Amino acid sequence: MNQSFLDYYNIAPLLATIHEAMCSVMPEWLAMTLEGIVVGVIIILMYALLAIVLIYMERKVCAAFQCRIGPNRVGGKGGLLQVFADVLKILTKEIIKLKKADRLLYNLAPYLVILASIITFSCLPWHNGAQILHMNIGIFFVLAASSIGILGILLAGWSSNSKYTLIGAVRSGAMIISYELSIGITVLTMVVMSGTMDIHGIVMSQENGWNIFKGHIPAIAAFIVYLIAGNAEANRGPFDLAEAEQELTAGYHTEYSGMHFGFFYLAEYLNLFITSGIATTLFLGGWMPFHIAGLDGFNAVMDYIPGIVWFLGKTFFVVFLLMWIRWTFPRLRIDQVLTLEWKYLMPLSLVILVVMTVCKIYGLVF
Amino acid sequence: MYFVYLVVVILTAIVLVAAAMMIAKLIAPRSFNPQKAEPYECGIPTRGSSWVQFKVGYYLYAILFLMFDIETVFLFPWGVVAGEVGTYALLSAMFFLIVLVLGLAYAWKKGALEWK
Repeated sequence: MNQSFLDYYNIAPLLATIHEAMCSVMPEWLAMTLEGIVVGVIIILMYALLAIVLIYMERKVCAAFQCRIGPNRVGGKGGLLQVFADVLKILTKEIIKLKKADRLLYNLAPYLVILASIITFSCLPWHNGAQILHMNIGIFFVLAASSIGILGILLAGWSSNSKYTLIGAVRSGAMIISYELSIGITVLTMVVMSGTMDIHGIVMSQENGWNIFKGHIPAIAAFIVYLIAGNAEANRGPFDLAEAEQELTAGYHTEYSGMHFGFFYLAEYLNLFITSGIATTLFLGGWMPFHIAGLDGFNAVMDYIPGIVWFLGKTFFVVFLLMWIRWTFPRLRIDQVLTLEWKYLMPLSLVILVVMTVCKIYGLVF
Repeated sequence: MYFVYLVVVILTAIVLVAAAMMIAKLIAPRSFNPQKAEPYECGIPTRGSSWVQFKVGYYLYAILFLMFDIETVFLFPWGVVAGEVGTYALLSAMFFLIVLVLGLAYAWKKGALEWK
């Protein structure tokens, strides 16, 4: 395998050239500020665009699993403008001021939820050289930043001063911190496999085969554990008891209205995407193309597909898997959720970690 | 360099929420009704505050979580070099893990993982 295809689409030199060109006509601080503004606008645009795509996709997938049609009235045949109409509606809804709520924490909660989601979102490896937050402890930083989201959920539930939100928030808090252990240990498994915490480095280490193929049994087991725990982390699927509609109306965001609620909704869908994106990075090779050893013609064709197409394609495949789980399984009870994590997934992920370490040290991986 | 971008990303998140809230406040209707500010609970007037002492079971899991999360934090640097160091890394981590698993077994036996 040659190195050329990695350089073919590498946009890091292009970005460096743009930076130098900008520095040559203006002072460096001005250039940095302008670049910062451009990066910020790109993040917001991607964030909003992906949220719209994901909400539309979820509705259609859910409808397909329940033998319905889904949205089909607004905006032509497929109901393409339905989500835009919903965004407009959410923006024009009244924001209710609660009498008994802790005003400061109540208003702070959406900031924390969105902050956690955007920081982790910026760590994703979109393309070769196109990673906004590129640091050598990347995946560790992602785990740390994603924990801020729980704080937002707990604050939202507690500060609303309503019984439903309080129960929803503590349930959600207990569940998310529990499943974070499995996430942490499966991520650690792949760090052992790749030998680096740098997200770009993890992707580059999968150049000669994705981790899920190279790591065979432990990697596949870790992938499954990660998917289950990731579903719980995103507050979805069989684990959405934080907002069990029949018992708690809407869980921790019952008291939020209009755009305030919109942020929680937005963060929930983007967390789904981020979980899938991290799964793609760790197990499915990030933006690396699919290669079959020996078939050089096939590999060469695959190399011509840009990295971002690969990344989005794989990520949406994992998103589809998570939606499949969500719309197939019935909701669990809180004690079942915690038992599943503490008595099954956690010991299992520790075993996977040890097996993976043995495989790595004694050269049993490909 | 990444520190600059971290600041950019954090500012982006704050600006996104603040701007969207401002737009919503500008175009959303406003009407006053004392009933609206009540907590939403089944329709009947709510009784008492919700800031009460809550079921201890949730906090028990939080304490257990602390133990294992710190473990993960300690194991991450080990994970990076484990492949190069070899058998010694495996043995030392195994010792560390066994002590932790003993802790989990103790909590399990004491019934901390049961939902009561």
